[in-house]
Amino acid sequence: MKQTILFYIFSALLLISALLAVRLRNIFHAALFLIAAFVAVSGIFLTLDAELLAGLQVLISVGAVSVLILFAIMLTHRLYDTSRAAFNGQEVTAAFLGAVMLVLSILVLTSAPWPASWGARIPLLDLAGALLRDFALPFELTSVLLLAACVGALFLARKEER
Amino acid sequence: MVGLTHYLVLAFLLFLVGLYGVLTRRNAIGVLMGLELMFNAVNINLVAFSRSSNFSPASQAAGQVFAVFILAVAAAEAAVGLAIVVCLYRNSGSIQVDEADKLKG
Repeated sequence: MKQTILFYIFSALLLISALLAVRLRNIFHAALFLIAAFVAVSGIFLTLDAELLAGLQVLISVGAVSVLILFAIMLTHRLYDTSRAAFNGQEVTAAFLGAVMLVLSILVLTSAPWPASWGARIPLLDLAGALLRDFALPFELTSVLLLAACVGALFLARKEER
Repeated sequence: MVGLTHYLVLAFLLFLVGLYGVLTRRNAIGVLMGLELMFNAVNINLVAFSRSSNFSPASQAAGQVFAVFILAVAAAEAAVGLAIVVCLYRNSGSIQVDEADKLKG
């Protein structure tokens, strides 16, 4: 019962802030609503008993990625310049495409025989074992990827020497 | 009781909202924000499936491990993508995606 209520609260929060994040004209306000959407996704993870992922979501998405986005906006954008159009005039086409995909996929989603009940919650020890034993190689490769992304971002964003 | 289908429909709605943002924004950072929403939708799907009952405990944990990897890849994507946006702004003075047509010749 508690899970149901929390699910609907976080879903409403998530969808409203996601819609505002894609529809607001001011990109800075849109980014603030994107942060709200990240927090709501972390709440959705909590209703699924995925505490580790909820924490990671807050640390990485809410903490790091959104700060990066806000800084990029402040570095590149004239914040209150409203003379330029924020959208490219294809809103109707995009909304139509989305509506068609929505109808088709809801037909599929509701007719497919999904498992009806939830399994046991995953113990943190199992998760740690999977991450550091079964998936040890991808885990290490991820650190290489993050290092490469770090160096690449520094290289791309540094000032050109003349 | 909320079932798996609820989570799947929620994740799909979030994915479509992100897709709408990617297709309609003119600002490159707005496009990246739409991408982040789509990453989150996929993560909700993975975590919801990892909790459903007809999988073995090992593959249940694998669902959440994949979500962790997607979080890491999303962070790397945001860092490199925003660096490219800053670079584009420095070179052309604009980050509108429909004005970035230098490669057209």
